[in-house]
Amino acid sequence: MNLHEYQAKEILRKFGAPVPRGASAASVDEAAAIAERMFADGVGAVVVKAQIHAGGRGKGVIEGSDQRGVQVCGDAATARRAASRMLGGCLVTKQTGPEGRVVRRVLVEAASKISRELYLAVLLDRGTGRPVMMGSPAGGMDIEEVAAETPEKIIRVDVDPLLGLQAFQARRLAAALALRGELIPQAVQAMLGLYRVFWECDASLVEVNPLVVAEGEGGKPAIIALDAKMNLDANALFRHPDLLAWRDLGEEAPLEVEASKFHLNYIKLDGNIACMVNGAGLAMATMDIIKHSGGSPANFLDVGGGANRDQVAAAFRIILADPHVKGILVNIFGGIMKCDVIAEGILAAVKETGLKLPLVIRLEGTNVEAGRRLLAQSGLSLLAADSLADAAKKVVAAVQ
Amino acid sequence: MSILVEASTRVLVQGITGKTGAFHTKQCLDYGTRIVAGVTPGKGGETFEGRVPIFDTVPEAVAATGATVSVIYVPPAFAADAILESADAGLDLAVCITEGIPVRDMVRVRRAMAGRKTLLLGPNCPGLITPGPGPNSTGGCKIGIMPGYIHRAGRVGVVSRSGTLTYEAVWQLTSLGIGQSTCIGIGGDPVAGFSHLDVVKRFHEDPNTDAILMIGEIGGAGEEEAAAWLKANRKKPVAAFIAGVTAPPGRRMGHAGAIITGGKGTAPAKIAALQEAGVAIAPNPSEMGRTLAALLK
Repeated sequence: MNLHEYQAKEILRKFGAPVPRGASAASVDEAAAIAERMFADGVGAVVVKAQIHAGGRGKGVIEGSDQRGVQVCGDAATARRAASRMLGGCLVTKQTGPEGRVVRRVLVEAASKISRELYLAVLLDRGTGRPVMMGSPAGGMDIEEVAAETPEKIIRVDVDPLLGLQAFQARRLAAALALRGELIPQAVQAMLGLYRVFWECDASLVEVNPLVVAEGEGGKPAIIALDAKMNLDANALFRHPDLLAWRDLGEEAPLEVEASKFHLNYIKLDGNIACMVNGAGLAMATMDIIKHSGGSPANFLDVGGGANRDQVAAAFRIILADPHVKGILVNIFGGIMKCDVIAEGILAAVKETGLKLPLVIRLEGTNVEAGRRLLAQSGLSLLAADSLADAAKKVVAAVQ
Repeated sequence: MSILVEASTRVLVQGITGKTGAFHTKQCLDYGTRIVAGVTPGKGGETFEGRVPIFDTVPEAVAATGATVSVIYVPPAFAADAILESADAGLDLAVCITEGIPVRDMVRVRRAMAGRKTLLLGPNCPGLITPGPGPNSTGGCKIGIMPGYIHRAGRVGVVSRSGTLTYEAVWQLTSLGIGQSTCIGIGGDPVAGFSHLDVVKRFHEDPNTDAILMIGEIGGAGEEEAAAWLKANRKKPVAAFIAGVTAPPGRRMGHAGAIITGGKGTAPAKIAALQEAGVAIAPNPSEMGRTLAALLK
């Protein structure tokens, strides 16, 4: 599950990592009030930031205008105008695709006078099975590009999960980032806070890009997390009801949300051949063989190891809700799941949805003969396939 | 004949009275696996299906029955604790079937098990099977949720991150008349016990395994790690299939670990690494069995 920037910053603040002063707003009046209050308190400028689950907001544009997704405003009237253009608008960035995302909330923050931009993140190293903190002096840039082009600019700190990030490790990273003097304890506090956020919230990623050195109180330099990105481990949400309450369904594809209600794993793709498969690996392999046979998969759909009739019916409804779908391939390897039970579910779903599209079914495994017999005797126009390759060939031919 | 488990292996089941644990334990008993004990805290003294004694703790079960392997069906929130209990009891192998364990729990478990005797397979895996010579491969050792009858005793080792895709591969082999020494599902989670490499090495050392079929998928670097070792050490023919050529980057494809991040873990990169190690790549999932068969000629 992904969090918004304003949510991630709220968590960082709670764990003692420094973030800019600010608040989020869902209406223009609210946003303007936050800005007015900050200007009244002597803040020199504010930043209005569109809150969507995608990067590239600063360069992104609200559809049909020249409004960017991030704007620095020197007075409250400008902040109000920026918020009014962003809220309800559709922000298109290089990460959203051409359809963009509707902005439902903005973050209004005090602007920072920045002298340096750094990068700081905590994530899981799958190779070692341990958390790793990554820092870089090349902040504010696409970190994947930095890693590819100048890998020496990325500093790794491996963390022993039984100890957590130690202060000496944070000091060493601060030194490697060329932070000096009073910035060292500040950076250490930010790093320890970031690690605790990662660990205690069951995050899979906490990223601050950029972490800046800015002008703080009394003109002294201060470390601030200027941006924040956070992903949570879906498996651990059961122990974080407070974070789960922050799930923003508006940011998720409607069909994927619908599928999750039935414990189905559905991901929409661009093709026209829908597939329904039991097991994630086999589902991926089925997409691959559709492509290999000259077709294009419309989705990934794993109905799981023990799908029942209702889930199969829901799976069909979800598949058919995608208007691009021209044909369906069902591929079931019945292990524990029996083929005759699946066949019954398919037949019920076909009747219920009044399916008109070509449907190719490949069944293998436990009770396969009974399953095939049920399909053959149904009187419905189904195309039976006897292998994965045969199934793919038949469905590709059927949609052409 | 096999790696890790054989027909005489004595197995205990953690979570034997839960819905999943009970169902699959019954399947394993029917297959002929020597399930000697169950563990469900609070149900010690009862018996499962009238033939398997249940204990409150793993050490009690081990002391009473001499079990050396545990299979775990405990729900996700309690699974890490169950794995640690099996390690503390000094078992040879813990097989964790449970899907949906928080990654942080597995990070702690893996760190805690480092340097200990107990090996871990999974979590989020179908388990492992050493097929036997009987009808429907009975007479072997099946620990997990795979259907036993699709297997056939033989000399090909199978290792995979997936469940049903492994069944597909095994079925292709069996249909071609090619039997398996041991089939191992290492699971689809980002932090787990056995890696592809761990299993591939064991198959190399096993005098009763002649060839290896490896099934990988997008995400992580386990296939690349195995490829690097095979490039320098390969002595047996290896065929492989990598699922997810069509998977979009940044999306988790069902398995928690099946995700391309930062341009890493793509199917083409894994295929290239394996090819460089002299591994034969199945061009599509319908050719897994035949690709391996071609190496045996």
